[in-house]
Amino acid sequence: MTYPEARGRIAEFAGAEVTADGPPLAVAVPAAAWADFARFAQTRLGCCFFSFCSAIDWKADGLEVVAWVANLDANVSLVFKARLGAGVTACPSLTPVYRGADWMERECFDMFGIRFDGHPDLRRILLSDDWDGHPLLKSYPVDAPHPPYR
Amino acid sequence: MTADEARARARAVVDYTGAERLTMNMGPQHPSAHGVFRAILTLEGEEVVAVDAVIGYLHRCHEKLAETLTYAQYPSIASKTDYVAAMTSELAYVMAAERLGAVEVPKRAQYLRVLVAELQRVASHCLWLGTWCMDMGGALGGGATIFLYCIRERELVLDLFESLVGARLLYGFHQVGGTRYDIPAGWTAQCRTTIDLIETRLLEYEQMLEGNAFFHMRTRGVGVISRELAESVGVCGPLLRGSGVAYDIRRAEPYSSYEDFQFAVPVESAGDCFARYCVRMVEFRESIRIVRQVLDGLPEGPISSKPGLKSVAQVRIPKGETYARVEGARGEVGCYLVADGSAKPYRMKWRGASFSNLAVLPHILPGHKVADVVAIMGSVDPVFGEVDR
Repeated sequence: MTYPEARGRIAEFAGAEVTADGPPLAVAVPAAAWADFARFAQTRLGCCFFSFCSAIDWKADGLEVVAWVANLDANVSLVFKARLGAGVTACPSLTPVYRGADWMERECFDMFGIRFDGHPDLRRILLSDDWDGHPLLKSYPVDAPHPPYR
Repeated sequence: MTADEARARARAVVDYTGAERLTMNMGPQHPSAHGVFRAILTLEGEEVVAVDAVIGYLHRCHEKLAETLTYAQYPSIASKTDYVAAMTSELAYVMAAERLGAVEVPKRAQYLRVLVAELQRVASHCLWLGTWCMDMGGALGGGATIFLYCIRERELVLDLFESLVGARLLYGFHQVGGTRYDIPAGWTAQCRTTIDLIETRLLEYEQMLEGNAFFHMRTRGVGVISRELAESVGVCGPLLRGSGVAYDIRRAEPYSSYEDFQFAVPVESAGDCFARYCVRMVEFRESIRIVRQVLDGLPEGPISSKPGLKSVAQVRIPKGETYARVEGARGEVGCYLVADGSAKPYRMKWRGASFSNLAVLPHILPGHKVADVVAIMGSVDPVFGEVDR
């Protein structure tokens, strides 16, 4: 597997758009195809290594999820992203595909409030269970007092 | 999910009602945790059947903090993520900023970065070996002996850092465009003496440990991570290489002139605690080898393309995003940076090596005895500043 080969195979996946040739290869996918694309990357591109997934808050444009996976044998890295859309906090979970997505998605839920459909155990991971709000949202002010620190 | 529902769910993960099962709380203050980590273990006799790992005790929201600090300010804070190997997290952050801003880094600065990164790996592995063997304690004939030996060697490396930057733990050595400090007079000789000494001492450790039947019993076949599991969870560094994957970012995606140096990437296939030990012992020596090559070939010239970096205006990072990663002592330390053209990052994500490495525990602990939990935890070498960030 080389970068041009990977690019060629991604063309097979309906809706996926290559945004940078890499390394890393960057791909934009529709939110509905988020988990399907991960499965495709794992089986068709050999990207078995799950590095991380996270999110970016684009304020009025909504949240964007991003994941980085790699084919370690071929040294091909792939970053794929999906825009959830304004006001949407639901996203398919990658846990059936990558076991590392378990904690990463819990962190994403903790920090951004994204609900990953299909996650077996979606609860806060870094903050305490009774924390209010999701700190990495841009609407969450840095300097305002939050309980329990008033 | 409301907080009450979340709590109910958290409880449901562990079966508290089973007549034959015992729920044991390990931590958050437990000497083997090397920090604050709570494992809610479900036991059948001495055997672990389920684990609920609780992290976050050391969370400082570095990622939100990074959005409030400029590119010139944050590198010294970055060292507080992985405080046992502070040099590598600083490096990941400045590399991300340099890549976005197309900032040139002089050759001498690149070599100095390699020099401190490898010395840091030696210091970090010293702490890992000492604490891990102390965790396994009595089985190793007294326990604290090797810990004190390793701390003694680590101090020598910290002495080097102290004469280089003035600090022993959190350095602020890196800045966008290069390094903040150059090596002082006489430092090279001190460095050579230190690494020569550590190299001979490594042999002593190996004789001490590998000649001990208990050490083999506690580590061989314990905590096996299969290659498939390792990749799926995303474990990295010595754990990944201990599971048969020959992957090292210094080799796969050379940064900071690593392509100039000769070094071996150790790989073991067993995937157990002993394999991870073997990988790290080779890494010790390879790091020393790289340090010698840097000292031999250190080019003359400036140490930064932005000397005396103080003001915000000196770092202009255009809009864009990038992911810079380095091979730290515990594996892939990555910084995903999204810039919007202002003086501060729009979003910064830490990919902490320890976070992904620790995430493998719930998959491998079931089936082991409680005493093995301690040995496996130590072999993972987590640093909780990096797990919780």
